[in-house]
Amino acid sequence: MPILTNEMMRAIIMDHSSNPIHKHEPKNDKYEKIHMHSDNCIDDIDVYVLFENDIVKDACFTGIGCTISTSSTDILCELIIGKSKEETLKIIDEYNHMLHEEPYNEDLLDEANAFKNTSKQAARIRCATIGFRAVETIIKGK
Amino acid sequence: MFDVKEIRKQFPMLNDDKMMQNKKLIFLDNCSTTFKPQCVIDEVMNYYVNETSNSHRGDYDLCFNIDQKVLKARENVARFVNADVDEVVFTSGTTMSINLIAYGYGLKTLKKGDEIIISEAEHASNVLPWYRLAELTGAIVKFVNLDEKGRVTANNLKKVITNKTKIVSFAHITNVLGYIIDVEGIAKVAHEHGAICVIDGAQSVPHIKTDFKKWDIDFLAFSAHKMCGPTGVGALIGKHHLLKMMDPFLMGGGMNVKFDKCGDTSYLESPAKFEAGTQNLAGILGFGKAVEFIKSIGIENIHQHEVELKKYMVEKLSKYDHVIIYNADSEGGMLTFNIKGVFAQDEATLLNSKGIALRSGQHCAKILNDFLKTPATVRASTYFYTTKEEVDIFIDALINGGDILDAYFN
Repeated sequence: MPILTNEMMRAIIMDHSSNPIHKHEPKNDKYEKIHMHSDNCIDDIDVYVLFENDIVKDACFTGIGCTISTSSTDILCELIIGKSKEETLKIIDEYNHMLHEEPYNEDLLDEANAFKNTSKQAARIRCATIGFRAVETIIKGK
Repeated sequence: MFDVKEIRKQFPMLNDDKMMQNKKLIFLDNCSTTFKPQCVIDEVMNYYVNETSNSHRGDYDLCFNIDQKVLKARENVARFVNADVDEVVFTSGTTMSINLIAYGYGLKTLKKGDEIIISEAEHASNVLPWYRLAELTGAIVKFVNLDEKGRVTANNLKKVITNKTKIVSFAHITNVLGYIIDVEGIAKVAHEHGAICVIDGAQSVPHIKTDFKKWDIDFLAFSAHKMCGPTGVGALIGKHHLLKMMDPFLMGGGMNVKFDKCGDTSYLESPAKFEAGTQNLAGILGFGKAVEFIKSIGIENIHQHEVELKKYMVEKLSKYDHVIIYNADSEGGMLTFNIKGVFAQDEATLLNSKGIALRSGQHCAKILNDFLKTPATVRASTYFYTTKEEVDIFIDALINGGDILDAYFN
């Protein structure tokens, strides 16, 4: 993973919030779905994950979210497609470490590294993790 | 003499050492809660440091002293809203007050098919207790149509009220748009149809003159913390005969006359009937002091100052096409807006990064957003201690604040 400059991180976040690739309805009814909303933000999204055996075949989301929740959820979908459940949980773990300013493995996070400054705006950590919490709940069960 | 600079010296939260994001804190979320002057803090502290005892449970001087002080606080609150002292029930705040009406009065009097009328502009605390009451009794919750600005009017109430309507309940000043409703006119319409009129005064009692008797309303609910008082305390003001017939919501010590093994009970008269268990005594004393403090500032001065700041904000901001203002002409002190193309929460985060505290989202009025046709708004709300200089910094941050992602990368 090359070092991301602030400009690159801004561009990544803006791109995924203005033109999210994975913000769409699921392609069939085989996806597992979870509804997520936030106590302190307007975020109100449905997250869908399609598994084939142990592998995330597809992931998408619908609903309303702020810049941070939309872009982070979109990037998460991108990151986990093709990964195993275990790999996905590892990514989520590393991401949480990053958000809480703990040591983390940036190699696993790719574009999600753009959210490393979220702790500067602590009220938005919930937004930056909403999709991650959704996928974690789907995999681990409620 | 109303002097904001002098007034500010009495508020520790307004000292220069209060920072947010390494910037001087500017607090524009006064609809949500307000700062406390030193005299209120001292009053609360004094209870814990010098005067701790329970109320009406002892034969000793300390306890007698607290009884007297609670009575004085009750008298202060009563005079402030022009009610009788025994019409003041201390509660934990507006939410508990409205729930007490719903459970104590509503559950006892409403039956299937009866109607409760509210508006789309109401806060959750003036919606959900009525939904619950409807669920429990089979009554129906109806909505009065807001006028084109988002106001509740007596005329529109006339269009929906029927002889089945038993309760109408509105905010005197709504918490998102800030229009002042014609309480007297609305109470008159309610009474003509045999309904009672409940007023949510959470956003009005701290800001404009309240006259419970003159307006002839039946219940009034408000919170201390929105008027420089402590959190966790507030009042329900109710007409004598209604409080008398209402059932208590909580049973326990301090509210009963006697009870025996057979289950026979008798309760004290209101307001004691509604104040079971040890009350938030420090909070009640602080509430009484806050009322004294607000009176010393002058409620007319408070409103005038807020109106001036609101007009100033509207005048400055309406020059910019990308600032959408939802309540330019409302009489309350709050400005509700959005920046075109920017999600409300993102704007609030950017302002946070500049030390400015304000609220974004639905402001607990989740039905209103359909009327406003936006999922969320940003709300800046002032109080009598807000300065024009603070408003200028806020306006500058809105107009020249840069990109929303600066909050994370600058």
